[in-house]
Amino acid sequence: MSAGTGERAPDRPLSREEQVLERVERARRRRARVRDELVTLAHGAGGRATRSLVEAVFLEEFRNPLLEPLADGAVDGDGLAFTTDAFVVTPLFFPGGDIGDLAVNGTVNDLAMCGARPLHLSAAFVLEEGFPVADLRRVAASMARAARAAGVEIVTGDTKVVQRGKADGCYITTAGVGRIDRPGRLSAAAAEPGDAVIVSGPIGEHGVTIMLARGGLDVEADLVSDTAPLTGPATRLLDACDGVRCLRDATRGGVATVLNEIAESAGVAVVLDEEAVPVRPAVRGACELLGIDPLYVACEGRMVAVVAGWQAGAALDALRAGPLGEDAAIVGRIGADPPGTVLLRTAFGGTRIVDVLVGDPLPRIC
Amino acid sequence: MRFVDEYRDAGTARALGARIAALCEPGRTYKFMEVCGGHTHTIYKHGLEDHLPAGVELVHGPGCPVCVIPMGRIDDAIHIAERPDVIMTSFGDMMRVPGGRGSFLDAMARGADIRMVYSPLDALKIARENPDRRVVFMAIGFETTAPSTAMTLLRARAEGLANFSVFCNHVTIIPAVKAILDSPDLRLSGFIGPGHVSAVIGCRPYAFIARDYGRPLVVAGFEPLDVLHAVLANLEQLAAGRAEVENRYARVVPWDGNPRALAVIDEVMEPRAHFEWRGLGFIPYSALRLRDRWAAYDAEQIFGVPGVRVADPKACQCGEVLKGVLKPWECKVFGTACTPETPIGTCMVSSEGACAAYYNFGRFSRDRVREATAR
Repeated sequence: MSAGTGERAPDRPLSREEQVLERVERARRRRARVRDELVTLAHGAGGRATRSLVEAVFLEEFRNPLLEPLADGAVDGDGLAFTTDAFVVTPLFFPGGDIGDLAVNGTVNDLAMCGARPLHLSAAFVLEEGFPVADLRRVAASMARAARAAGVEIVTGDTKVVQRGKADGCYITTAGVGRIDRPGRLSAAAAEPGDAVIVSGPIGEHGVTIMLARGGLDVEADLVSDTAPLTGPATRLLDACDGVRCLRDATRGGVATVLNEIAESAGVAVVLDEEAVPVRPAVRGACELLGIDPLYVACEGRMVAVVAGWQAGAALDALRAGPLGEDAAIVGRIGADPPGTVLLRTAFGGTRIVDVLVGDPLPRIC
Repeated sequence: MRFVDEYRDAGTARALGARIAALCEPGRTYKFMEVCGGHTHTIYKHGLEDHLPAGVELVHGPGCPVCVIPMGRIDDAIHIAERPDVIMTSFGDMMRVPGGRGSFLDAMARGADIRMVYSPLDALKIARENPDRRVVFMAIGFETTAPSTAMTLLRARAEGLANFSVFCNHVTIIPAVKAILDSPDLRLSGFIGPGHVSAVIGCRPYAFIARDYGRPLVVAGFEPLDVLHAVLANLEQLAAGRAEVENRYARVVPWDGNPRALAVIDEVMEPRAHFEWRGLGFIPYSALRLRDRWAAYDAEQIFGVPGVRVADPKACQCGEVLKGVLKPWECKVFGTACTPETPIGTCMVSSEGACAAYYNFGRFSRDRVREATAR
């Protein structure tokens, strides 16, 4: 391959490969378009297809300054944070949790990632005819437990029942409002070269647990979902450091997708160190077998924090000082070039891009 | 992790890189084709090219089973899948591969029942659980996956499962490699031979490559150090003026392959006279079909498929990329009209495809990435 485009002499013409690559980058920056006539499963995977659908359909119609950043929640000028999330997991019950605590933690975490203290939650249920009431009780009990743990109550809701076959058991949508008590706002666009990138714990446990719980893989591992409220670690971090640029929970699409969003919003590069990324052996093993990359696997109780470089040590100490942060690690830093890109220094001593996936990570066949 | 980390050691890689550089004649460019898509994936995933000197270039070959399926076969599979009585089953890689009428994902959105499986045995299980439906397995892959398809059919017959069938798209590696060697614009110095395919067919079938074409072929495993070892072995042969078949994956590949696996394939399948390869065109005796005595399990015969040949999109240069004549970025539509989100060619779909790997993992020049990641 050719010489770099980063530091080229101004008089040297671009090589043919460099010209093509620049054209590709321009194409990537073009406005999202949806060419599909029908919604496919790829549109729900949290990757590039989801992004295109959201931008081309919803943002196009709803466009307003609060929505535009497409962050985890909207924050108004008075420090009120508002967010919503829908949950459609299969199976409904899995090791370490169920759709109920997932639905509460998901919304609590979206508020926590705005730097907000959760005030109230709502919950709406779409139930399939024939769904066992005992299961519904179990889901509701775990929602109540999760809400208590996060110090919030579910204060309003709605219930609908659809005919058998029109839904898969139970779907839950939660929404939440929260209050930001501190001055200053967290924003992915605030990441700057020199900042440190921190993850709050080992990645990929929820996603791998779900894949294994679906069965059919004949792989067993001693794993439970990481679903948990992130209010605690987020508060510890924000109390200790005023240089926190942004917090993101690494749900659908995993840490890789979140980092790409940060790189794109801020126009910076994220440089990751593969060896520094905490991944439990069972997750690593399962991902090796399936041929998928743990960086793309969903977490439901892990966050990515971008913190001013000089506060990285203090941020790490604050996270590690309490629950859900004991295994926090500095996994990389923010650089300037190439803008909008996530790069990885591999454990093998090489380098590569970590791109946004189009849809779900698909297992390879051989 | 044991049995993984020892094949990914950065220090060993640097030492191998230095030995590789020392063997390169100054000013000479070496092009080695890794035949198998699994190698392509390894090379990009680990950033392996950072350990290679500028004079060594890796060319990505035709061994991505998803990438070589022609559009017409996808359309045929969708034709079967759209029957209301059918459950189509397929490996995950196939779901986004575009045919003339969209991909499996698009067909699912239109209502077809297509399910992702991890093994043909999963498809068999679905057949057992759905006796009132006809379950078809979309079989793809080289000699690596053909034995498991054949074993599954043997089991289906033993169980008397009459609602299970296979849409057979298995291909064989040797005719494809020969087609590449015969292409007039070929400038390859040697080959990195496929690991898993060789575990089945052994190393003998490659003898003609060394004998008739004077190119070394080194069979390699899928860990990054395996690939570096194979590059080194190729260069050692060239430096010594040799061209031989060499097995550097002896921990998995026996010289004579796996006779039992070959026997199972032979019991159920036979070579097809003609099969179209995406981008490469028709290659005689390059694919497998179910033998006539297995007609009751052959989806092609049971359902009758249109079998219409769909011409590759004009702008798509997958063929040139598969032959190693063009690098992915040299294709006219790379990264602009053809992206992983809206793939025109199959090479842009699978993570083993040369274009997708280059787009996702290596889109910036190595120097720029190296500089950006310097500590």
